[in-house]
Amino acid sequence: MNTVANLTTRVEKLVGSDRVRASETALQEFAIAGRAPLAVLKPRSAEEVAEIVSFAAAEKLTVVPCGSRSKLELGMPPQRYDLALDMIDIRQIAHYDPGDLTLSVDAGIPISELTATLAGERQFLPLAVPFNATSTVAGAIASGIDSALRQQYGPPRDFLIGAEFADSTGKLCKSGGRVVKNVTGYDLHKLLIGSLGTLGVITRLNFRTFPLPELQGAHLATFPTMETALNFHASLLKSGLPFSNLELFDSEFSVLLAVTLDKLGGSASGSLTTGGWHVFASFEGSAAVLERIARELRKLAGQAQAAHNETLDLQRTQLMNEALREAFDWLRRAAPGVGLLRIVLPQIRSGDVTQLLNLSQPAPLRSAFVLRACNVAYLALLVDTEDASTKTALERGVSELSSRVEAAKGSATLLHAPLWLKDRINVWGAKRPDFALMQRVKQAFDPQNIFAPGRFVGGI
Amino acid sequence: MDPALIRELKSLLGTANVLSQNEDLLLYEFDGSVEKSRPEVVVFPHTTEHVSRIVKLAAKHQVPVVGRGAGTGLSGGALARGGGVMIVFARMNRILELDLENRRAVAQPGVVNLDITRAVEHAGLYFAPDPSSQKSCTVGGNVAENSGGPHTLAYGLTTNHIAALELVLPDGEIVRVGSRHGDAPGYDLCGLFVGSEGTLALVTEITVKLSRKAEAVKTLLAIFDAVGDASRTVVEITAGGITPAACEMLDGWTLRAVEDYIHAGFPRDSAAVLLIEVEGLREAAESQAAAIAEICKTNRAREVRTARDDRERDLLWKGRRNAFGALGRLAPSNYVLDGVIPRSKLPEALEQIHAIGKKHGFQIGNIFHAGDGNLHPIVLYDPRDTEQFKRAITAAEEIIRMCISLGGALTGEHGVGMEKNELMPLLFSDADFDLMRRIHDAFNPDSSLNPGKIFPLSKGCGEIRVRNSGQAAGTRP
Repeated sequence: MNTVANLTTRVEKLVGSDRVRASETALQEFAIAGRAPLAVLKPRSAEEVAEIVSFAAAEKLTVVPCGSRSKLELGMPPQRYDLALDMIDIRQIAHYDPGDLTLSVDAGIPISELTATLAGERQFLPLAVPFNATSTVAGAIASGIDSALRQQYGPPRDFLIGAEFADSTGKLCKSGGRVVKNVTGYDLHKLLIGSLGTLGVITRLNFRTFPLPELQGAHLATFPTMETALNFHASLLKSGLPFSNLELFDSEFSVLLAVTLDKLGGSASGSLTTGGWHVFASFEGSAAVLERIARELRKLAGQAQAAHNETLDLQRTQLMNEALREAFDWLRRAAPGVGLLRIVLPQIRSGDVTQLLNLSQPAPLRSAFVLRACNVAYLALLVDTEDASTKTALERGVSELSSRVEAAKGSATLLHAPLWLKDRINVWGAKRPDFALMQRVKQAFDPQNIFAPGRFVGGI
Repeated sequence: MDPALIRELKSLLGTANVLSQNEDLLLYEFDGSVEKSRPEVVVFPHTTEHVSRIVKLAAKHQVPVVGRGAGTGLSGGALARGGGVMIVFARMNRILELDLENRRAVAQPGVVNLDITRAVEHAGLYFAPDPSSQKSCTVGGNVAENSGGPHTLAYGLTTNHIAALELVLPDGEIVRVGSRHGDAPGYDLCGLFVGSEGTLALVTEITVKLSRKAEAVKTLLAIFDAVGDASRTVVEITAGGITPAACEMLDGWTLRAVEDYIHAGFPRDSAAVLLIEVEGLREAAESQAAAIAEICKTNRAREVRTARDDRERDLLWKGRRNAFGALGRLAPSNYVLDGVIPRSKLPEALEQIHAIGKKHGFQIGNIFHAGDGNLHPIVLYDPRDTEQFKRAITAAEEIIRMCISLGGALTGEHGVGMEKNELMPLLFSDADFDLMRRIHDAFNPDSSLNPGKIFPLSKGCGEIRVRNSGQAAGTRP
């Protein structure tokens, strides 16, 4: 029988005692939904990761890779949680070829560090994800969290060109490569995106980089009703104008956004506190391009009878981009009890949104709604106390919303919820027809189920 | 082949949809590659249900199955390496649905690539993947091979434009993966199946994402007296923060062959031309075109022409799109290679290709997607001259090895197929193969679907059942 003390000694032999932590405080830092690992290991290299996985496989221990630990709450807590891998010391830039627009980086490098390096070459990686200050690049990929720039640059699957990872046999494997166009072998790296560590431990990621835009601009329009805001939103999508981000939100969301903006830099909130519905559009390019887009936006907003309509200066544009990028973080903290749903509907019509919002109206629920780029909506159900009746209302609201969305052939994922709610509701929603194929993928990658068991869709 | 299987196939599909006479099968032993391998029976299903039942019958008789679109592939992906049943999707060629508002189209696999664009262009939309064979290749083949094209530079490969798939697994089960709108939670199965070269499942329905046509397009032709100057121009455009929609290069020898055939206006005495396209808002396209023209001139371009209208643009592209046809006039056959290098290594790679050609006695033409470093060297040869064919294959392999040594990849858009499966160990380790094999076996455990592709046979990981005296195993020397 392996005791915990025994385990600590043995993993210390594997990576050295300075790379193992087993104190109560350390273990709690890595806890997921109150569940702590038996030990935290901090590998120094990809090879060491592979050795640890090999050891875990032989000992039938489970492994959960961690970066900055900002998004560990996503999905379900692991059914078993033996070893936490703290990946933040594996953080080199392995290759960066600005002329080729390719970048190869270790899993644990913080995105903010990459941003600084790339900016030196007037390039960037369009991963505009929450927890920008701390999030590691592999955490951003493995969590599958939405990037605020996907309207223009696509989701990470469009610019992740290769990966290296430790597989369940403890070997380092790779997929893709370091060139921007490549169809050699199966695209296994695409499977890692959003997989929450259930297929392997990512050790390195290869990306296509992009030139930094010359200038950025944005436009904010306010509408008295949801219908007028949605009409304007639809007219923007039809206009063919290139937007780097496009978000439509209700008054509750805009109040929360205003609070965030004030924290970030003072009086940026302006028209956000006046109520109504808002449409925010950001764009980039040369001065002539910015001027043209801003002009057309003002015209379209006028036609859509916007109550208020303004082109933002560079500072306010950047503040808004930053605040919206972090929306996942501040929405989940917006009230003592929050159920944050990520909803993908076949298409967003005003009727659909009305239906969604009506469901969340019964007191004591409040809701904040944002329609983000590419048909992804976030709906936060908020309760100000956590007594029995509010708990019931929150649970009912979340489950009714999920079933409505599923009936409309959409999908609803619970990104954040209090622990008691996660225990009662399937955060991933109903199983989809391709679930059996996902199980085959998991079985092929991880037949012993040692990687983050139970965190993913359908209990994978 | 068991005559009972042919009888059962005819009973399922009708005699008109089953070919089993040798003279009929001959047509299906080729694709666009230099490989050759004959199926034992060719069938033309009309529905997904047909496909499922064909696969079940083949499984019952333990014969392999391979899918095929128009047979324009360049890596032997749609050849029946293990003999058996070839499913040709030519009669599953309907566009099932157009959802213009949400920019989606649902197509059967046998729909010709360009026909999707033709069906939606009235609404200002198009299907972005544009392989040179887009007038004849099918969207099912594009999905299998993850096809590219000139505009991949800006818009990515086929995989970036596929939302959902209906598949038939080797046991006949019909499944759907992906999500028509937005991404559903779960593993990116579409990402896995697109580009799996028909080795995991057969694709029977495809939901594609449609793109919006840009407001303005500027097409430039830059003419150079030295190949090195053209290569450096490509590198500097990218380094200058401009991502053109397309950036194609033709070397001097190739452009002369093209000019003799197409009369696209390429000066016969130049060493290279670049065909560069930028798209976007008028303001962006104009300023980027001006910046590119400036970079071309700094790199000693003899002349930079800008297409003034669609007619001139079409003429410039005609030279590029018909280049392979032009070269086809010069020799009985040609071998179009597909390798990728980091684009900054272009000058070096072109020099090495020239040297390799010289060593083996070939003039190798280069016509390729310069912007993303995707090379297409073309070796002209006479297949009746066995010795020359062998030399062509050796030269091709040396070129691909050179691409790898420069940090590149085996294939940028044509696929591995049975052309490069033996070269896969240049890029992948035993551990990589083990994992890919586990994924393969999770869906295609008996290798009954498209056997002998992607995985190197020399490593014992590409089981093929060769049924009739070796003719099914291909004829590569």
